Amino acid sequence: MTLAVTDFAVVMPEIFLLTMACLVLVIDVYLPETMRNLTYQLSQGTLIGTALFIVAMYPTKPVLAMNNMFVSDQMGALLKLFICGIVFMAFIYSRGYLRDRNLLKGEFFVLGLLATLGMLVMVSAHTFLTIYLGLELLSLSMYALVALNRDSAQSSEAAMKYFVLGALASGMLLYGISIIYGVTGQMDLAAVANAIKADHEHHTALVFGVVFIVVGLGFKFGAVPFHMWVPDVYQGAPTPVTLLISSAPKLAAFAMLMRLLVDGMQHLHADWQGMIIVLSVLSMAIGNLVAIAQSNIKRMLAYSTISHVGFLMLGILTATKTGYAAAMFYTIVYTLMSLGGFGVILLLSRAGFEADKLDDFKGLNARNSWFAFIMLILMLSMAGMPPLLGFWAKWAVLSELINSGFMWIAITAVMFSVIGAYYYLRIIKLMYFDKPEDTNPLTADNDMQVALSVNGLAILFLGLVPQGLLTVCLTSLG
Amino acid sequence: MQNVYLAIVLAPLIGAIIAGLFGVSRRVAHTVTIAGVGIAFLLSLFAFKEVVFGGHTFNQTIYTWLVSSGIRFEIGFMVDSLTVMMMVVVTFVSWMVHIYTIGYMHDDPGYQRFFSYISLFTFAMLMLVMSNNFLQLFFGWEAVGLVSYLLIGFWFTKDTAVYANLKAFLVNRVGDFGFLLGIAMVLMYTNSLNYSEVFSHVEHIKDMTVQILPNTEWSLMTVMCILLFIGAMGKSAQVPLHVWLPDSMEGPTPISALIHAATMVTAGIFMVARMSPLFELSETALSFVLVIGAITALFMGFLGIVQNDIKRVVAYSTLSQLGYMTVALGASAYTAGIFHLMTHAFFKALLFLGAGSVIIAMHHEQDIRKMGGLRKYLPITYWTGLIGSLALIGFPGFAGFFSKDAIIEAVHHAHELGRAGSGFAYYAVLSGVFITALYSFRMFFLVFHGKERMDEHTKHHLHEPPAVVTFPLIMLAIPSLLIGAFAIEPMLFGDFFKNVIFIEHAHNAFHAEHWHGIVGMITDSFAHPPVWLALSGVAVAYYLYLINPALPESIKQRFSAVHSILMNKYGFDQFNEWFFAGGARGVGGLLWKFGDVKVIDGVMVNGSAQAVHGVALIMRHVQTGLLYHYAFAMIIGLALLLGVFVIL
Repeated sequence: MTLAVTDFAVVMPEIFLLTMACLVLVIDVYLPETMRNLTYQLSQGTLIGTALFIVAMYPTKPVLAMNNMFVSDQMGALLKLFICGIVFMAFIYSRGYLRDRNLLKGEFFVLGLLATLGMLVMVSAHTFLTIYLGLELLSLSMYALVALNRDSAQSSEAAMKYFVLGALASGMLLYGISIIYGVTGQMDLAAVANAIKADHEHHTALVFGVVFIVVGLGFKFGAVPFHMWVPDVYQGAPTPVTLLISSAPKLAAFAMLMRLLVDGMQHLHADWQGMIIVLSVLSMAIGNLVAIAQSNIKRMLAYSTISHVGFLMLGILTATKTGYAAAMFYTIVYTLMSLGGFGVILLLSRAGFEADKLDDFKGLNARNSWFAFIMLILMLSMAGMPPLLGFWAKWAVLSELINSGFMWIAITAVMFSVIGAYYYLRIIKLMYFDKPEDTNPLTADNDMQVALSVNGLAILFLGLVPQGLLTVCLTSLG
Repeated sequence: MQNVYLAIVLAPLIGAIIAGLFGVSRRVAHTVTIAGVGIAFLLSLFAFKEVVFGGHTFNQTIYTWLVSSGIRFEIGFMVDSLTVMMMVVVTFVSWMVHIYTIGYMHDDPGYQRFFSYISLFTFAMLMLVMSNNFLQLFFGWEAVGLVSYLLIGFWFTKDTAVYANLKAFLVNRVGDFGFLLGIAMVLMYTNSLNYSEVFSHVEHIKDMTVQILPNTEWSLMTVMCILLFIGAMGKSAQVPLHVWLPDSMEGPTPISALIHAATMVTAGIFMVARMSPLFELSETALSFVLVIGAITALFMGFLGIVQNDIKRVVAYSTLSQLGYMTVALGASAYTAGIFHLMTHAFFKALLFLGAGSVIIAMHHEQDIRKMGGLRKYLPITYWTGLIGSLALIGFPGFAGFFSKDAIIEAVHHAHELGRAGSGFAYYAVLSGVFITALYSFRMFFLVFHGKERMDEHTKHHLHEPPAVVTFPLIMLAIPSLLIGAFAIEPMLFGDFFKNVIFIEHAHNAFHAEHWHGIVGMITDSFAHPPVWLALSGVAVAYYLYLINPALPESIKQRFSAVHSILMNKYGFDQFNEWFFAGGARGVGGLLWKFGDVKVIDGVMVNGSAQAVHGVALIMRHVQTGLLYHYAFAMIIGLALLLGVFVIL
């Protein structure tokens, strides 16, 4: 195995992130409690640096490196930028919450950075092994993060469930990979694709493998029926961790899906299409229906995530480039909305108070009309109200579905969106029409207030000019 | 010229906007609107000269609103001799009414609003007549309807006024429904909304048939023309859609003159004349038009005899005269219809404004039984009123004489051609002449002659209204007297409407070789019944209301059944109240209580919400919180996917 200097240049963002994560880990050990902010600042600096490396290395055409283990292409670079940006925002939102609960420790940031590294590796993976490597790095970091507040029984239980089910899913994914490898004899995704194209004898075995891989993906996305961990983990984990789990990893999962099913197994799309349809429709149905019955907003957003996952998968099942672009657009938009949604929960929380009940949103408008407005934008966008970004995401996916002839699935999706609108609008009703039960003033850091405002307004203004982001998604797919 | 036409249309609109929206004083309001309409009138005269004497007709699109599936929605002007004639009449009458309004509405708190409305009306009416396509025609059609609605309900605190404007609005909706269907048919079969394109395309579709009910083939042209005519029936108040016009007298008198006599109600007549290339192709539709017109002309005239409200008498007279115009259209004498439209616009506006002048002098007393002998108090109103009445009854030499005789002549011609319904129509319009004379002079004698029946207080204050009121009367009296004699030769026998109104040669009642000059026509008329019928009508009125005033009362007692039918206006209103209004309320109530409350709210809205909520409550129990259940669910999912996609 020989490595050229150019190989290292392509992998520079990841190398930088790894080095810095280790550095932060070491530095944090020697920091006195009063200087904990330095860890935070270093972590944020790391993310900015990584993003700058990604921009500097921005590829014009796909480049393979590290003996074809690693690919750098525009889709990857775009997703990586969003991952870094979202983790950056998540760290801003989290700091105050963690400080109030005495959880502002180096572990959160180091694990967060390592999870980010895992995501970046997943995004750029070009063999089964690198995908698995990135996925495990992400998952293991997340298991630990969920249990960050180790004195909380709820958190520990959630971490336990997440870990056991994650291990199960991981095993299934690995099993599917091994079957594909057994049939094709290849690990490199491009080679796998060629082998599948040439193979006409082992179709059943290949589909058998694909089922296991789809199950693994379904778990990572939180698609029904592999979604059971989602509500419990969302509720049990400290809110900053929930915020992390619900946002950036979806981008990585999208990349993983693209790498595995599209780059590696495009020729089997007739088979995985059906599986995706089943997962999508079930996710939209269960997600939207059960969300209605929730009284905890974190659980409600968990089911909302499940329904959004169902929706974004609709774009993938068209198996067209424009469909993938629509799904990618949807994923990015979803992460932005989810980021904002949990951001508002963090904003309302304070020492000894979680703000995770729906009733905690009562009369928010009377308490702080600006953030009630931000939440209004977020909820309306999630419900898919024009002209907000969430509407355009739904519109992009639906128009691709209809173009590809999946009229009935599009109609089903719209119906479930209508049902889903109920629980988003209920939050708005609580904020604007009910009397506040809690009259404590909001105490959030200025940086968080600014970041959250930017987050909400971005959804409004990007919604007014949606074409830009959509075009970027389309061109990044080559 | 395009700029001139734009200025004609926009000057009144700008006046209306300034007077209506800028909170200006009374003086500014009437100055700008009168100036706006005045500009429109003078430019219309210029346009008249250009088109009639210069021969420069104009047909151009000004602005394309949108293009959808190759159909162009445009704003454009088609200015030919028919249009300029309408433009001059509309702007002139409107101008006179504007001036008159200064006096009539002097004490009204809604002074500026009124000026704004009538200027807006002028704009809308000009858009209607100047249009070169069906879309703009429909815009103008609806816009004049809107202003009419606003003006009938001008005194919106009066219950009767609100009732009347709602009634006008609803009845016109019926007509507009037909009109819209007719336009849609034109669009469907010719693929264009532009007049010239439609008329040039009509050759290709004239023999087509349509199937509306199963197994019945109807001529396309007949269905199309009747639908368009239903629109005209609403706007021009033809039986049975006439019921709104008498009630529209709830509005101030100036607009009764302008909108509900001279201009807007004639829009239907104008439209049919404009569409003459279509109507000429359907004998059936023309017969339909003819019969409807004849019924209106005769039976609405009867009602004029029993009315006691000065404005309502004139209103029924308007209905009857609109019937005459419609009869002319049905007899293929579009030119005669338009000719009568023009003369009628002048003398009917004159009569209404004269009635208004009487009303001012009588301190808003409108009952003619409480008037009498006003001749010596209101000399100008008296003389102009006399001219108007003589024009209306068709006294030889006056404007109405020429137009009405032409119509009777045309119906006679149609009868000779054997057009269905023309026999009835001929006798209807002939007896209508007598009726017209009777009710006109009944009113005239009761108001201006005989005993003074008003109370002392009113009598004490009787005097001629100010110059702003009498000046328009005089200005309108001149054309009422003269316009017929001037216009008959070019309009009916000459080339005035050449290439504008199309009449099949056989249908044409007026040929140049039959024209023997005005004097010839007048002397000739004494050999025919209409003049004698008119004179006898006047004589009967003179006898009944001046010589032997007790007689009408005893006739009324004697024929109480007939009288009560007439007083109830043949029961149209009662029937509409009971059948349409009551029926609609009944159906509405049913749909509300059953359809909306039970089905839509109960089952569909709340029912589906409850169903979703129920499902959600059940589904959440699947989430047990037990780890092995979760793992089991994943395995089940895996097994299902394997089962469906690998084994099957």
